[in-house]
Amino acid sequence: MRRIGIDVGGTNTDAVLIEEGKVVRAVKAPTSEDVTTGILDSLKSLGATGVLAGKPIDGVMIGTTHFINAVVQRRHLTRVGALRLGMPAAASLPPFCDWPEDLAELVRGGVWMVEGGHEYDGRLFMPLDEAAVTNAALEMKAAGLKSVAISAIFSPLDPSHERRAAELVARVLPDAAITCSSDLGRIGLLERENAGLLNAALADLARETIAAFEKAIADSGIAAPLFITQNDGTVAEAGQARRLPVYSFASGATNSMRGAAYLSGLSDAMVIDVGGTTTDVGQLKNGFPREANSVVKVGGVRTLFRMPDLLSIGLGGGSHVVLERDGKGPLKVGPVSVGYRLLKEGIAFGGKQLTTTDVAIAMGVLKLGDRAKVAHLDAATCRKVFSEAARMAEEAIDRMKTEAGDVPLIAVGGGAFLVPDKLPGVSEVIHVQHGDCANAVGAAIAQVSGECDQIFKDLSRAEALAAAQGIANDRAVAAGADRKSLATIESEDMPLAYLPGNSVRVRVRVVGDVAGA
Amino acid sequence: MKLRALTIDDIESLAVGAWVLGTGGGGNPYLPLLNMRALYREGHRVQLMQAADLADDDLVAGAGGMGAPLVGIERMGDPHTLTRAVRAMELHAKCRFRALMSVEIGGGNGVRPFMAAALMKLPVVDSDPMGRAYPEGQMTSTAIGGLAPSPISLVDVRGLESIVHRTPNAKWTERVARKICVEYGSTASMCTPPRTGAQIKKWGIHGTTTKAIRIGEAVRRAQRVHDDAVAAILSVEPGKILYKGKVVDVSRRVTEGYLRGVLKLEGMDEFRGASMHINFQNEWIVAWRDEQPLAMTPDLICVLDSVSGEAVGSETIRYGQRVTVIALPPPDIFTTPKGLEHVGPRAFGYDLDFRSVFSA
Repeated sequence: MRRIGIDVGGTNTDAVLIEEGKVVRAVKAPTSEDVTTGILDSLKSLGATGVLAGKPIDGVMIGTTHFINAVVQRRHLTRVGALRLGMPAAASLPPFCDWPEDLAELVRGGVWMVEGGHEYDGRLFMPLDEAAVTNAALEMKAAGLKSVAISAIFSPLDPSHERRAAELVARVLPDAAITCSSDLGRIGLLERENAGLLNAALADLARETIAAFEKAIADSGIAAPLFITQNDGTVAEAGQARRLPVYSFASGATNSMRGAAYLSGLSDAMVIDVGGTTTDVGQLKNGFPREANSVVKVGGVRTLFRMPDLLSIGLGGGSHVVLERDGKGPLKVGPVSVGYRLLKEGIAFGGKQLTTTDVAIAMGVLKLGDRAKVAHLDAATCRKVFSEAARMAEEAIDRMKTEAGDVPLIAVGGGAFLVPDKLPGVSEVIHVQHGDCANAVGAAIAQVSGECDQIFKDLSRAEALAAAQGIANDRAVAAGADRKSLATIESEDMPLAYLPGNSVRVRVRVVGDVAGA
Repeated sequence: MKLRALTIDDIESLAVGAWVLGTGGGGNPYLPLLNMRALYREGHRVQLMQAADLADDDLVAGAGGMGAPLVGIERMGDPHTLTRAVRAMELHAKCRFRALMSVEIGGGNGVRPFMAAALMKLPVVDSDPMGRAYPEGQMTSTAIGGLAPSPISLVDVRGLESIVHRTPNAKWTERVARKICVEYGSTASMCTPPRTGAQIKKWGIHGTTTKAIRIGEAVRRAQRVHDDAVAAILSVEPGKILYKGKVVDVSRRVTEGYLRGVLKLEGMDEFRGASMHINFQNEWIVAWRDEQPLAMTPDLICVLDSVSGEAVGSETIRYGQRVTVIALPPPDIFTTPKGLEHVGPRAFGYDLDFRSVFSA
């Protein structure tokens, strides 16, 4: 199995080739304005090493912050027609009702609410008003809308109304991109609908971006399918990512943690990813990051995306260092950083700003820049800076730990040199080869997932879990997984207060290897 | 008569404070808050009045929601349906209400009466029958006072209106109303039995909306300046920190239609090495430190996010969350012998003599 993993970061585009479980080569190229040039460059420099010749590549997996940046920066967004099936309920809280006004102004192409939807137990809430759906589609057509988001009450339990409405809309608008909220997951109409609206708003950008990625790969002479990494550390085939770009929102941090797991061979550990400006601390469970508990806001919009639970602190390889003797109070590391300007502004590189990297060069930990320029830093001072960085790391790790005993810690990222070999509460600090490209490694080894989150009635707990697992398995296979490799990585059941007949909400997530790879 | 005009900022604070007073239950007030924002954008306003300013023969309606929170977040209750529940009661009882009131200040029902109040142009009384959230209808100051347990109205957005006309006690009202609620899809807007001004003055728990606003203001102010939000609550309420820790396990089961279970925590900071577990029945009921009972109902046990200071509910709390547990003092009526019969630890099946963390 030969795969290329690419991480398009803010500063660098990293690419790695993995073959039979080993990192063959890792390269870095500056991220470009148009993103694809950076990918092209990184693939070119990977190709220049000769490693791509010979055997074919099984897949190219790309992690990108393209889609989330579009939402955060309010750029390249498509106007969306919002169609909700649930009248007469919830009329007081229409689609977009809790969006930041500036984003709603850009995306809201119109709101239509018609009768439809289901009850928690599968009964009809209201019959679908098909004539009203068709009428809404005609009005969307008149308004020139080409992307439609459809949501219905309890559609995660029964998506039939959303699917039927999508058919009716497609008859009127055959070229429209249509997002159904039931494809995006969980119970919670407003948050699920918000995810659908964001997804629909990314319709044009997703189409163009994925096409550009495919072209960059083809132009590099690589004949391999494209996969896009998702928030939860798994990948989607290019076609699915084009249809559901919101699932690829926040894959960078996840890829780092997955890469750390892979490079270290550990599946349960803490991970510290020290970048140039910030350090993310998270926890691996079964080889995947532990997810955040709560509602996640993206560009100010409440959603229920699967996102890793991370603690970010202002510590990195570019962090400003203020020494005690500067007379500005106590020694201070971060949170301000020189960021991507490190190679210009750091003292060892001829600049004026003392950074953690300068200190590491003075101590001989890093062999970079001009050590003579930092020779004025004595060993005692350097040790103080490192122990301050260690204290910050220790505190972050302690906050994220969920067990009392000592746990192993994997240190990755370009600033991993700041993590000492011994820390309280940590059984072992593991530095890995290629740790600075852990995110691209995480992309290369990503798997395919399937999830089921719904309410079951009148089943025993075991039967309900088995039913949910079956649905999750089918969804993973539909997303490109090899059925034989599927494993359950999360399983949660929640009995429902007030509901009769042993109602239980079950959430199961399974993952498997990409089929045929 | 003094009326306090509430700003939307007051309502935002009310939502945060009501969730804290929900003591784990009552449902997240986020959707009622969104409704209030929409009503304020449309030009509606609400006013708060004190029970003392009611005439003895004024009639007050308790307006709120009933049902499963998970259904609530799909069906999303609206102000018009809640208003219809109040109107249905007026029609049935052949009365006109002078004001509305919360059926429980804790959780979403702390905000809901204002949704109907905005449309009906009625004030909301700054009192409620719980001072928090509790899982059952008889766990109220009005039930302890022996006030009529019926009638109540239950309304669904599709034009269904039901009245539970007469029941011998609040337990029966709860049982029958639940059946109706389940038929509606496990969510309903409701209006509780009409109360007179004299009854509210005697049996209401007073100042609870103001208290929720005060707590919410403290939390939101602390969040804005990145201050300690838990400490901010304790600066405005005579509460006590019981514990700081991480969630290491949550087990839940449904029995008799309630969410029951145990939350297990592991200590952080100065509580490192000490264990805590909290039993819940929708709401947090008994907190045990190192296997000894530390705090119990009717003391309010509030589990808060250690960073944001906002409440965490028993339905949504999950493994790994970092929380601070605090206790707030209970309403006086709940610590009387009659009160403890209704809401003391034995009312929840715990063979413990009530001992307040505030009595030491």
